[in-house]
Amino acid sequence: MNPDIIVDVTGETCPVPLVEMRKAVMKAEKGSVIEVKGTHSASKQEIPMAVDSLGLKLLKTEETGGVWRIFIQR
Amino acid sequence: MKMTIVVHSGDFDKVMSALIIGNGTLSMGGEVTLYFTFWGLQRLVRGELSGGPLSKMHFLGLGKRMMRKRMKRNNVATPERLMEDFKALGGRVIACEMTMELLGISKSDMEERWIDVYGAVGMYVKETETADKTLFI
Repeated sequence: MNPDIIVDVTGETCPVPLVEMRKAVMKAEKGSVIEVKGTHSASKQEIPMAVDSLGLKLLKTEETGGVWRIFIQR
Repeated sequence: MKMTIVVHSGDFDKVMSALIIGNGTLSMGGEVTLYFTFWGLQRLVRGELSGGPLSKMHFLGLGKRMMRKRMKRNNVATPERLMEDFKALGGRVIACEMTMELLGISKSDMEERWIDVYGAVGMYVKETETADKTLFI
């Protein structure tokens, strides 16, 4: 999957991953794909919740070696 | 979803909580207004956002120093960063004018770039009329 925007919040903790995701969504054009990459486990759960609340599309979630990637389409 | 939060406490940890909840709500597509009053208002004085004591285990500043060290080690955002993010996401800040008079604080003492409007209780009530939730911290 080729994201248009990559948000790297590796090592960041609550609420930074959520906030940085939101900032990226605000900047993104309609239809573009945002990849959020991080390590904070609670954020892996709450970013999809925010995606739902914002009415965006959750494309894919994956995790390897403690690093998760969430792909969102605006 | 719209939320208003009364930031009555100026304690370091409580101001952090208000900002974190505010940022979380904005990030999930909500609207947030923070109404800073009494001891909370002092945190809007220039350079004072992080200036409050801990609500528990302050120990004359020792506890707070330890807390800040742990925050840094665990990469927890500072109140300043949280406030900058709050504003960047469109959060609103009301500063209570009555408290300013009471504590002898003038607008020139305040971090004005963070403040959308100066007002009194009526403004808080008006904002809350259209809110789904309100918190008092």
